[in-house]
Amino acid sequence: MATIVVHVMPKPDLLDPQGKAVGAALPRLGFTGISDVRQGKRFELTVEGDVTDELLARVREAAETLLSNPVIEDVVAIEKVECRDGGGRGGGRCCGGQGS
Amino acid sequence: MLRGPGVVTAHIGVVTFPGSLDDRDAARAIEIAGADAVPLWHGEADLRGVDAVILPGGFSYGDYLRAGAISRFAPVMGRVIEAANSGMPVLGICNGFQVLCESHLLPGAMIRNAHLHFVCRDQGLTVENSGTAWTRAFTQGQRITIPIKNQDGQYMADARTLDEVEAEGRVVFRYAGGNPNGSARDIAGVTNAVGNVVGLMPHPEHAVEPGFGPDSVEGGRTGTDGLGFFRSALETLMAKA
Repeated sequence: MATIVVHVMPKPDLLDPQGKAVGAALPRLGFTGISDVRQGKRFELTVEGDVTDELLARVREAAETLLSNPVIEDVVAIEKVECRDGGGRGGGRCCGGQGS
Repeated sequence: MLRGPGVVTAHIGVVTFPGSLDDRDAARAIEIAGADAVPLWHGEADLRGVDAVILPGGFSYGDYLRAGAISRFAPVMGRVIEAANSGMPVLGICNGFQVLCESHLLPGAMIRNAHLHFVCRDQGLTVENSGTAWTRAFTQGQRITIPIKNQDGQYMADARTLDEVEAEGRVVFRYAGGNPNGSARDIAGVTNAVGNVVGLMPHPEHAVEPGFGPDSVEGGRTGTDGLGFFRSALETLMAKA
């Protein structure tokens, strides 16, 4: 079992209203010195078996088809995370850590 | 196109997705305009012989992932996309507009309103293109008022796409009297290259019946400017028949 993590971000030249709102809230809480915030999405895909180049290519296709909209977002990274504790049970750190 | 003995009208389908809210309002608007409303189901790859399709407003799939992103891959959408590409009139209202953008039938995409608030009010619009299948009952430059209600309504595209859409006259509606969500260049609705597919954020189906529409010069809640959309489609289809 392994997890593939897909990171999606709003395109750099488009306005990101959510990131902007978070960025405006930070100084109000005393977190100063942060000049900009952009908010993206992280997907954790748990896969059966080995992570082959073919599988990664399929994941990239899925990331560009459903997980992101190329008009407004970029897939900025796809990375593989190995599971050492057998599928994320008990809050495993690589498979989502949800402790399901 | 036959309905009843000797009565000819058009059949306009309304798709219900999980989380659609305004499908019944759209069906009612179709009937008030004099056409026959046909319910379509997201899970069936079947358009039931309709002459046009409306993708209604709502929050299909709870707006999860991105508004319209999951609905875009519903079984019925394969047929809608085929039909749209063969010239069938398709109208996307609010969430339906988001679905059409996610399907790449229309350019651009919708992101969160610039001010991050849900907006719900009567909205002025200028008709910028009265040549589409859904706007021929209007006159060029006509000012209309219909309700708007959305959270992810900020129309967005890169500058090149916007220039292209403007140059080709594909901006169908522009917000008048204030931009409610930060949409690029005040764009409220767009069409495809041929003019059969139209999407807009405001809701024409909520302005078709006196007593339930926006305020107008005639009095409170008397506005029926939304009727023009459905009459346009009917005219378009009857002209073809």
